[in-house]
Amino acid sequence: MEAISSDTLIASNTPKPISGSLQDKDLEGTHLQGLSARSLKAKRLTTVYVYEAPVRLWHWVSALCILILCITGYLIASPPASVTGSPSEHYQMGWIRYLHFATAWVFAIAFLGRCIWAFMGNAYSREIFYIPFWRSSYWKGLWDTILVYAFLRRDEQKFVGHNPLAVTAMFFCFTLTTIFMIFTGFALYSEGTGPGSWEAKIFGWVIPLLGGPLETHYLHHWGMWVLILFIMIHVYTVVREDIMSPQSLISAMTNGYRFFRDDQPDE
Amino acid sequence: MAHTETFYDVMRRQGITRRSFIKYCSLTATALGLGPEFVPQIVHAMETKPRLPVLWLHGLECTCCSESFIRSSHPLAKDVILSMISLDYDDLLMAPAGYQAEAIIGEVMQKYNGNYILAVEGNPPLNEDGMYCIIGGKPFVEQLRKAASAAKAVIAWGSCASHGCVQAARPNPTRATPIDKVILDKPIIKVPGCPPIAEVMTGVITYMLTFDRMPSLDRQGRPIMFYSQRIHDKCYRRAHFDAGQYVEAFDDEGARKGYCLYKMGCKGPTTYNACSTVRWNDGVSFPIQSGHGCLGCSEEGFWDKGSWYARLQHVDGFGIEASADKVGAITAGIVGAGLAAHAAVSALQRIRRKGDDR
Repeated sequence: MEAISSDTLIASNTPKPISGSLQDKDLEGTHLQGLSARSLKAKRLTTVYVYEAPVRLWHWVSALCILILCITGYLIASPPASVTGSPSEHYQMGWIRYLHFATAWVFAIAFLGRCIWAFMGNAYSREIFYIPFWRSSYWKGLWDTILVYAFLRRDEQKFVGHNPLAVTAMFFCFTLTTIFMIFTGFALYSEGTGPGSWEAKIFGWVIPLLGGPLETHYLHHWGMWVLILFIMIHVYTVVREDIMSPQSLISAMTNGYRFFRDDQPDE
Repeated sequence: MAHTETFYDVMRRQGITRRSFIKYCSLTATALGLGPEFVPQIVHAMETKPRLPVLWLHGLECTCCSESFIRSSHPLAKDVILSMISLDYDDLLMAPAGYQAEAIIGEVMQKYNGNYILAVEGNPPLNEDGMYCIIGGKPFVEQLRKAASAAKAVIAWGSCASHGCVQAARPNPTRATPIDKVILDKPIIKVPGCPPIAEVMTGVITYMLTFDRMPSLDRQGRPIMFYSQRIHDKCYRRAHFDAGQYVEAFDDEGARKGYCLYKMGCKGPTTYNACSTVRWNDGVSFPIQSGHGCLGCSEEGFWDKGSWYARLQHVDGFGIEASADKVGAITAGIVGAGLAAHAAVSALQRIRRKGDDR
């Protein structure tokens, strides 16, 4: 994107790019020439590049990891019915646990990479890592978004990144929970690698802090439910926003570009 | 008590030959998991070092630690008490009673100031100024503080001394308190278990007097050599766990075949102890071998951590006892229904506003 300010545009007398509904004549000279703009509901939209490739890659890798981790984790806590035959012929729980640990490694490394990307990426790559507590626009936006979800206000505010309610949910229910899961997960993993291992040196302190191995297992299990509830709400709101809000959401996490239904400024 | 005898002196005096003595040292090295190169070190230590004076106090406890200790077979408790340590005070095992017995504590404190080991079985109750446990007419906590003041190190025998155990379970009416919360200025070795394994107890003592130092401890103050692995890590039923073969009820086919007790709430995966390697009663058996899950007796607060027969703890405050999964699934159902309702209202709102420019 070239950095052309609106002043330059006015000064050079270039007409402002048109957005909104198109007429048949607007289609002339484009690949849509000859089609009816009205029946196509043709519109010109502004798109912005929000989620850079590493963020999108991380998002979908994490989504897959969480799915596998929830299933295998649940099975570790509540194993399926016993298999029959000699134990030397089976390795069912062994594979479940292996899959859980291997996926956890991918998940943790992806999250670490995501944290590093927060320093290198655009402004929106940092949104899920903190609450802009001292910014009044955050609190106003949070209240407005809550009103929208309570059907008390029309959904017409535009956000390039996450709306304040989404930032809040992301930070507490996803980012903090993920950090908690990685720390408790590696602490539990260190029980197998032994007290001299680097896992035990870095994460071993978590277990006595939480009250012992049993509590750590227990809270790690609860973390799974927090993530499951978060994902339910996440998927619902993303689809709902994609349909009802002034901006697109699903395409933003697939190709990175977010479009707005109109270019009108908020209020 | 003029000249302090060395271990070797004592053993020779008891008619033990040099050959038997060397054998004993080799066995001790093996029991501690040390290589053959450590045998000469042990021999040297035994020949030169004076016997380690030990005071063994009993607070609020059931004496199961002592019962376990006197059944040690490698080394024999007899050897530990008569040859290795100088057990100067143990109101359970000693001959004197009353004033004579209590006087010994003061004597040892004076004679071996800073050079004796204080072994504590049980813990002091702190409520009502410690009146729930009286030793020799005084609260036990006073005896404990006094005896610890001049000790080199403190061994907290068993779950009572280490973590509080049953008398500290909720609501803990006497405020029974583990040793490390009362004695703050001495190194404390926790040897948890209800009771601890006999060979673990004698092993810790043997290590301390052989090498004249504390065994290396983990974050929670337990000797790493006995508490670094979970029961589960060395369980002989582990193959059934990895295979996915579990006892589903105590009278089913899996129970007869000796499958893994994971689903029966075995706490082996969350319990650090040496039961599955050292076992009990001279290596005869241990709970899992007898067909019952581990209770996790060497873990902190094991009385208050929910059922011994369930993997996941129950969640309080939901009326009936509910498992974390049940609460989670119900919450997910409620959230799902809420989202569906929200989606329906959203759709209605959208239909009503159709025709608005969007």
